[in-house]
Amino acid sequence: MAEFTGYRRENGRIGIRNHVAIVPTSVTASPIADQIAADAGRPARATPHQMGTSQPEAAREQTERTLVGTGRNPNVGAALIVELGIEDVDAEALADRIARSGKPVETLSIRDAGGTRAAVDAGVAAATDLVAGVRDARQESADVSELVLAVECGGSDATSGIAANPAVGVACDRLVEAGGTVCFSETPEFIGAEHILAERCVRNETRERLLKRVETRENAAKLMNVDMRGAQPTPGNQKGGLTTIEEKSLGAISKGGTTPVRGIVDYAEDLPVGDGLVVMDTPGYDIESVTGKVAGGAQIAVFTTGRGSTTGNPIAPVLKVTGNPKIWDKMADNMDVNASTVIEGEPISAVGVRTYETLRDVADGELTAAEQHHLEEYAINELQPNELVDLRGTV
Amino acid sequence: MNGRVIDEVAIMMSETDNVATVIDDLTEGRGLTVGDLVAVDNETITLAEDVPFGHKIALTHIAAGEPVYKYGEVIGEASSRIEPGEWVHTHNCESRRGRGDIRTEDGG
Repeated sequence: MAEFTGYRRENGRIGIRNHVAIVPTSVTASPIADQIAADAGRPARATPHQMGTSQPEAAREQTERTLVGTGRNPNVGAALIVELGIEDVDAEALADRIARSGKPVETLSIRDAGGTRAAVDAGVAAATDLVAGVRDARQESADVSELVLAVECGGSDATSGIAANPAVGVACDRLVEAGGTVCFSETPEFIGAEHILAERCVRNETRERLLKRVETRENAAKLMNVDMRGAQPTPGNQKGGLTTIEEKSLGAISKGGTTPVRGIVDYAEDLPVGDGLVVMDTPGYDIESVTGKVAGGAQIAVFTTGRGSTTGNPIAPVLKVTGNPKIWDKMADNMDVNASTVIEGEPISAVGVRTYETLRDVADGELTAAEQHHLEEYAINELQPNELVDLRGTV
Repeated sequence: MNGRVIDEVAIMMSETDNVATVIDDLTEGRGLTVGDLVAVDNETITLAEDVPFGHKIALTHIAAGEPVYKYGEVIGEASSRIEPGEWVHTHNCESRRGRGDIRTEDGG
């Protein structure tokens, strides 16, 4: 029950998928990465994104950290970095940082290759070799304690806080109890519930950092003299019955379970392994948030939705859990776990156990709905001018 | 489920809450037997309007400016007086947080 078969990597980590990551360094290189991945076959997964060829230093560092973390993720057996050739991001440096985890990494410059057609040809050739190489990856049995689970919610409604999030919280508690790691995030969605999380922090330093990060996110709204209410809860959340950010947050934090908060890391920063529940400071935008945690090393994600989000990720399987009976009826095709039974009286703990068992099956190779549909959204959080100012103030 | 079910169609997440979440599309005039779950005058409250699945109803009188409780925690405050059985949402319940549009003594 507590075991699954995965791919043992050179650095000792265990992957639950065996992908070749095709990683563009800019928006310009992204369509080329997509074409290469499409032509090289399914183990190849592109991570197209919107970052420009030039960014302020702190924003660029966050982009680099995200791309490196994506390449280093244990689900990736080999990587190909694709650049146009004029980006501030140095493809060779990225490749070196990823290669330190022991996996093969190649680079491709569209300019040096001689333009788009030549670059796609060269990229497909390189990716095909990498795909052949990862077929030899060592498969072995691993314990769930080696899993790092990303927890996310998106398209929340009132059922999220009542059914899906607490059920996923039960699964998180079980994984932590088994020695695994759970990471949840979305700092704006701690607003109004941060006092509960703060009480659960094991160290004062973590508590202070967490409260500071929440304050920073809240102040961003205040500084601009705007009211968060138009955006948080989102209009969709509001249609689903969520009235205020406090209500959304109080429902959202239950998805991380009830164990002590052992640490807080920056966006896309490396997550510890085997250290229980950890918070990542991310925006509320779910795609960016999942991308950050996968770059932090999460091999698997569980995503609750009341309104029917369909999103996945190119590198990590994303399980969908809905607590809304209407969404389960209409969109079972996109869902992996039905938590709406809670509304009809199934105990939350029972749904939590089902979720935990599904997580293990997915770790063992069972495809999620998002994987079956090839839904592979990827987005990097770009630091905004007000955040860059904040960073300068806190260095 | 955490919390208590009222008449099979609403959930009170904590016993200190003054709102409940409805788990069916309910129509105006529907009576809900709350019994002694909440400190109201009658054991029955009547919906003052249609309330869709997932939305909240008031279980007690909530005066303007008073906290609205769900999960046993404050989720905002009433922006006008709310009667038992009324729909509670953005039109009569406001967040206290992330409000760059207002200034208070503590700066927020």
